[in-house]
Amino acid sequence: MRDPRHLGLAVLAAVLAVLPFVLPNSFYLDLAIRMAINAIVVLGLNLLIGFAGQISFGHAGFLGIGAYASAVLPTHYGVHPMLALGAGAAAAGALAAAVSYPIFKLKGHYLAMATLGLGIILNIAFRNEAALTGGPDGMPVPSLELFSFTLSSDRDWYWVVAALLVVSVWASLNLIDSPFGRALRALHGSEVASKVVGVDIARYKMAIFVMSAVFASIMGSITAHYVGFVTPTVSEFFHSIELVTMVVVGGMASVFGSLVGAVLLTALPQILATFEGWETVAFGAILILFMIVLPRGLVPTLAARLGKGG
Amino acid sequence: MALLDIHDLSIAFGGVKALQHVSFSIDSGIVYSVIGPNGAGKTTLFNLITGVYTPTSGEIRLDGAAIHGRPPNELARRGMARTFQNLQICLNMTALENVMVGAHLRLDRNLVKAALRWPSIRRRDADLRDEAAELMRFVGLDRYTRARADSMPYGALKRLEIARALAMKPRILFLDEPAAGLNPTETLEIDALIRKVAATGVTVVLVEHDMKMVMSLSDRILVLDYGRKLAEGTAAEVRQDANVIAAYLGAHA
Repeated sequence: MRDPRHLGLAVLAAVLAVLPFVLPNSFYLDLAIRMAINAIVVLGLNLLIGFAGQISFGHAGFLGIGAYASAVLPTHYGVHPMLALGAGAAAAGALAAAVSYPIFKLKGHYLAMATLGLGIILNIAFRNEAALTGGPDGMPVPSLELFSFTLSSDRDWYWVVAALLVVSVWASLNLIDSPFGRALRALHGSEVASKVVGVDIARYKMAIFVMSAVFASIMGSITAHYVGFVTPTVSEFFHSIELVTMVVVGGMASVFGSLVGAVLLTALPQILATFEGWETVAFGAILILFMIVLPRGLVPTLAARLGKGG
Repeated sequence: MALLDIHDLSIAFGGVKALQHVSFSIDSGIVYSVIGPNGAGKTTLFNLITGVYTPTSGEIRLDGAAIHGRPPNELARRGMARTFQNLQICLNMTALENVMVGAHLRLDRNLVKAALRWPSIRRRDADLRDEAAELMRFVGLDRYTRARADSMPYGALKRLEIARALAMKPRILFLDEPAAGLNPTETLEIDALIRKVAATGVTVVLVEHDMKMVMSLSDRILVLDYGRKLAEGTAAEVRQDANVIAAYLGAHA
């Protein structure tokens, strides 16, 4: 069970290392960067949805917190971009903790409801606080400096994001196969059994929700710096749905499924661009189709067909 | 002093008085059985003691400390383990991982160290894997150490629950109908397993319908009927008890 996963990590690293040399032009490099960014967010979200069995419909809101922290703090308050990134992550984590603390005392899927509302509220806030955020038009984001080195070319960004992706996959694999990760999967499998062996269920659900929110915020910051501009669309409800769809399509509770889901659904709008305005419908149709035909998602289904663990 | 002391315990679900004024105590190191017809309140009693339900009134003391109303995860820390009548196995995990989850409280649960593959965590997990495999052998699941939980038959899952509970290194183990749904051979094997567990010094509390097993295995027996204590004593005493005979066989027997 462990070996195929670490083989997967090696394959991923190899593909990422070769990719920029075989991509025909900068359009594809840009697409690859956005795929990798989405993949990292989806990894965190899958830990929450697939492994802990909790659903968030507001993850784009956390992306928005990171993106706007990186835009607003350096522009208006002269904060160093790295500090701003950290502040955004801390704020997203704190907000996730505050929202989920009362919810996880309840049984049932209330997190989905609460995050749905939270995401929409955040989106409205980013849209309306025009003095700070530029409102619906958005605002420019200063470039990211790492130890006096300024990230500017797509190539640089690619390597940063690729490295982050490899580290995230490695960390996720480690986490799943650890006392913390087993407790998380156990509470998904049977809440009462995990309580009885001593798992503080509410705390574990909260920890993973906070962690996935922090992941999302950091990637929101990275996206903002990479694109150089941020608009409220980053935190739109539709984007939250896109992220959940990536988890479901790739495969719940599958680390590599998260990557496959992110890659496929990041590429999809390029293909669907001709259906202008109907992308949302297409996403909905895909989600429904997967729930019916491949409810476990692509990677776990294929892995089962090949007789291996997912 | 008794290990577990139950005093005047009652719980009502709306108008249903599932358990009324039940008192008894369990000494350390014995096999104690709770019997009674369906709906007598046996599983409710287990759920109360292990913190799944909160009693309406009454006291539960473990080693003299009041534990009623405490959450299950705290009782686990005090050495209480249980299995379930309706299986509560995590089918999304392997058999071995299910057993490893039993050791939860004895492990370093730090999230950051886990994500970074901290050497101490990795070493402890490697040891735990051996320990869990050893426990699976102890309960007779040698064949399944590499199996996924969702590929195992019912009888094996019943034992897997026992292995998970033992991984907690409990002082007192509650088994809720461990032989339910098993064939006669499997029941004999469970009987032998419970003796093996009791021989290690763990206090065993058993809810079971198989009377042959209960009578031969138990040091003491509590009989419940309609949520009330009907009788309590050794197997011989309970067998002679007029109330018990009436409840089980009808008043005219």
